[in-house]
Amino acid sequence: MHEMSLAVAVVDQVEAAAKSRGAVGVSSIELDVGELAGVVADALAFCFELACAGTVVEGAELITRTVPGTARCEPCADVWAVGMPPRLLCPGCGAAAGELVSGRELQIREVRWAGPEAAREERRQPITEES
Amino acid sequence: MCRAVDLQRAVLAKNEAAAQILRTELTSRGTTVVNLLSSPGSGKTALLERELRLAGERGVAAAALTADLATENDARRLARSGAPVKQVLTDGLCHLEADMVARHLHDWLPESTRLLFVENVGNLVCPAGYDLGESLRVVLASVTEGEDKPLKYPTAFGLAQLVIVTKTDMADAAEFDETAFRAHVEQVNPGVEVVLSSVRDGRGAGVLLDRALAATEGNQVHTPVMARAGA
Repeated sequence: MHEMSLAVAVVDQVEAAAKSRGAVGVSSIELDVGELAGVVADALAFCFELACAGTVVEGAELITRTVPGTARCEPCADVWAVGMPPRLLCPGCGAAAGELVSGRELQIREVRWAGPEAAREERRQPITEES
Repeated sequence: MCRAVDLQRAVLAKNEAAAQILRTELTSRGTTVVNLLSSPGSGKTALLERELRLAGERGVAAAALTADLATENDARRLARSGAPVKQVLTDGLCHLEADMVARHLHDWLPESTRLLFVENVGNLVCPAGYDLGESLRVVLASVTEGEDKPLKYPTAFGLAQLVIVTKTDMADAAEFDETAFRAHVEQVNPGVEVVLSSVRDGRGAGVLLDRALAATEGNQVHTPVMARAGA
């Protein structure tokens, strides 16, 4: 299961960023995961729980956003949803797609740091809030 | 109360950076890496043993790094070819990463090596996402695995620069539909070369070696659509 390696990579990168910014906690991490990235969101979430234990990332919410796969045909200038399994031949002319426009993303899109104010608030109100 | 920051960082950035360093290092000393992917039992080791033997006969300095969760069986088989061989035991990990390859090259790979074949862990899912610093990525599928394998594992087949069908001596017995297989490959990886091979009857002998040597020239390698990701 390569999701464990990915989860460790996410935690490592966010930890390094937290250190460089002096952040004391992380409230959420949003990931872009392409339809063709070969990543199972549930498996990643499971591994993330294990990977962040004992780090500054512990307790952070992991939000995964699936990015659909789309391809473009050069001659037709057509862009289509490739689906799964992907169809990388143009539905219009049958030519090979010129490029995959989206679908292979595997990126940390956004991190929400938990500031000292957030930490104080959590102490007063231990129930996690959706915001 | 919370500060948001856009990191926009590739999760696999660390591996990609390691792969790029490895590729630069090895290419500068004249070594080209070939990454071999397939499901377990598709015949990677048998094909590699044959191709390494041919490399020896043709005077091409080739070596192999072979990865498994357990046993040194593959290293023992490959060593029969006479080529330098090293076994990587992944301790349960289902794929190789660039830094694992880099770590295992020290004190082993002869400086004169022209081709380094990396036999990945038998798995069509996880290894697909990891660049190992290769200049050529090859995916194998045996005739017994079913013609729809490229559709079931689109990332592995979609990112390959060469597809080798193995065990073709058994194609009739397995009722392998070559036309359907080729169409499925074309759907996920238009324009990629599909070649037929059998270690038992000698079909396609030297195909891996020839394409690997062509890759050392740099400009003859197919670029899959999936690797041509837009901005």
